[in-house]
Amino acid sequence: MKKDTFKISDQILKSRLIVGTGKYKNFKETADAVKASGASMVTIAVRRVNILDKKKPLLTDYLNPKKIKYLPNTAGCFNADESLRTLRLAREMGGWKMVKLEVLGDKKTLYPDMIETLKATKVLVKEGFKVLVYCSDDPLLAKELEYLGASAVMPLASPIGSGQGIQNKINLSIIIKNAKVPIIVDAGIGSASDATIAMELGCDGVLVNSAIAKAKKSVLMAESFKNAVVSGRQSFLAGKMQKLFYADPSTPSKGLI
Amino acid sequence: MSKIQLNGRKIELSNKHSIVTLLKKYKIDGKKIAVELNGKIINRNKYKLIYLKNKDKIEIVHFIGGG
Repeated sequence: MKKDTFKISDQILKSRLIVGTGKYKNFKETADAVKASGASMVTIAVRRVNILDKKKPLLTDYLNPKKIKYLPNTAGCFNADESLRTLRLAREMGGWKMVKLEVLGDKKTLYPDMIETLKATKVLVKEGFKVLVYCSDDPLLAKELEYLGASAVMPLASPIGSGQGIQNKINLSIIIKNAKVPIIVDAGIGSASDATIAMELGCDGVLVNSAIAKAKKSVLMAESFKNAVVSGRQSFLAGKMQKLFYADPSTPSKGLI
Repeated sequence: MSKIQLNGRKIELSNKHSIVTLLKKYKIDGKKIAVELNGKIINRNKYKLIYLKNKDKIEIVHFIGGG
């Protein structure tokens, strides 16, 4: 059987699980959870250095960017210009071309502003970025992002941080069937089974933060997600059985005494 | 003396400061940050060549946890 590789642009990732590094109690817990998740890429954010607290620990002291791929995001940006500014700074900082674009449109739902998202994607692609784009689960807009040169398209399962799981399997399936770039479900995953479902639908990967960071035992949950993603992928590749309306006995009736 | 804005805070610099000496003053590792001066990203190699002037707005950013 052909080896099942997960490739975004020119990067081959060992795990189909990408994890976020926000919402943890401290950096030690972040690092432990990332390790347990088996993820080879993590999302990170760009913020001002705290100039008053010089002894504050740094994320980079706990997660070595030489060992794990950093995927800078634009969390908190509400228009194309803010997100471009953030990602250009991220590139200057680490030299990374692969980035996650998320342009938010509404504070309450954190739903993406797709008009600004399309605008920013176009500019970033032109500037040589490899862009993974957080987007709504609209099949036409997902395709448009692909046309604009997105390296991966990342539709939401449900609102960011809500843990509501996959709300629109039909849309996700249409997006997956039409796509020529990786489709990664981003946002809204609440439990490990949600990740399995996403993978069974045929997603190329999932991006999870809150569901792991907000679990009572985040490190254990991280491992659970690792297994869930592998399991879902295997289930997808194996090809599931057809559903029947009535029962079909598992034991042959021939030879019954 | 020059008055500049650093990460949104107004500060006064009594001596002449380049970006390098400003980073040193605040004990910031120049390798782990990016600098934007008056809206323009400054290449790391130029930190020692650029001196801060009155009314400059400088932003120093780094990576933190995020989803």
